[in-house]
Amino acid sequence: MLEAATLVGAVLLEAGVLYLGYGALSSIVAKPLVERIRTL
Amino acid sequence: MELFGLAASMIALFVGFGFMVGVLFGFFGMGGSFLVTPALMIMGFETTTAVGSGMAFVFGTAVIATLKHRDLGQVDYKLGGLMIVGTTAGIEVGRIGLYFLQDRGLAGLIVGVTYVVLLGGVGLFVTRNALRNDEEESIEEQHDPNGEIDPDAIPDIAKTIQSYTIPPMMTIGGGIKVSLWMVLGVAFATGLLSGFLGVGGGFIRMPAMFYLIGVPVPIAVGTDLFEIVFSGGLGSFLYGLEGAVDLSIVVPLLAGSALGARIGSTATSLVEESEIKIYFGLMLLGGSVAVALRQLGNAYGIGELKLVSFALIMLSALAVGSAVIYSALKAIREDTRTADVSPAD
Repeated sequence: MLEAATLVGAVLLEAGVLYLGYGALSSIVAKPLVERIRTL
Repeated sequence: MELFGLAASMIALFVGFGFMVGVLFGFFGMGGSFLVTPALMIMGFETTTAVGSGMAFVFGTAVIATLKHRDLGQVDYKLGGLMIVGTTAGIEVGRIGLYFLQDRGLAGLIVGVTYVVLLGGVGLFVTRNALRNDEEESIEEQHDPNGEIDPDAIPDIAKTIQSYTIPPMMTIGGGIKVSLWMVLGVAFATGLLSGFLGVGGGFIRMPAMFYLIGVPVPIAVGTDLFEIVFSGGLGSFLYGLEGAVDLSIVVPLLAGSALGARIGSTATSLVEESEIKIYFGLMLLGGSVAVALRQLGNAYGIGELKLVSFALIMLSALAVGSAVIYSALKAIREDTRTADVSPAD
């Protein structure tokens, strides 16, 4: 049971890290990227 | 080169496939594991591993997509809570059913046939409705971000179901009144499929919420994802107990899908779903044909059919994911042109 809970916890942790990581990345990259798409 | 016991090329394939699936998942609130699980089965993973890992993948993707939809105010927590109750019971019954069949050596065949029927059925339904909506051009109201729904936009079948006033009645997003039993019934049925097929159940539940209950599409998507967080988490745990969750599959898939889900969720505010719906319906039909080809390949020992099946699933996801991204890019550019020609106040 501990192993199954650890697996679920690991997936949840990865999801949280990815959400925050990609969120931080998009806050830096999104605006310039949208501007670039608009001016292409 | 190997990482986590997988070849680097396989990891790259998983990340890329995860990205495509993430775009679809973020945009439609469905389309996660119904692509991933058959793909894993085609790649030769055992049915229970494919189902368990597919469910763990959907759980992770749903967490990310729900956080994004919560930011957009598209989650009905009351409806989601009730869906969780019904779905949880359904998942457990479905999971027991799968292991019952696995013990008798029938799981692969029956899961495959169920996929063919479901993907084909829902695909035909979505495509037919997309074509009809194209003619009527009457679906725009469904994308009201405030969740208010035009009575004309509620499907007839949903109106019929809403007319059955079996108490207790409840009010859901968009101000719609519906029987609690109907909500629980839809949740149980989709949970059953979820546990049996290892899918989040979104490709059944999201249309069911709209067509059977009448929930506005944006709220149906957000609430469905919220529900999948719990059902996917429980399903992953239960399959994890049986040793059927393989993290070396889930981790790279999730890394790709997290980025895709972010782009897909953002695209919901830029693109009319009706523009994409027909592609999604066709992708479901493609998935149905792919699983059928694999079954035939297994039955008659034709390896090439398995390869064609795998390519079909990958290409379907790639085509629809690309259509979502292309439409979003087009919407950004059209916004710019509109702004350019609008007179300044």
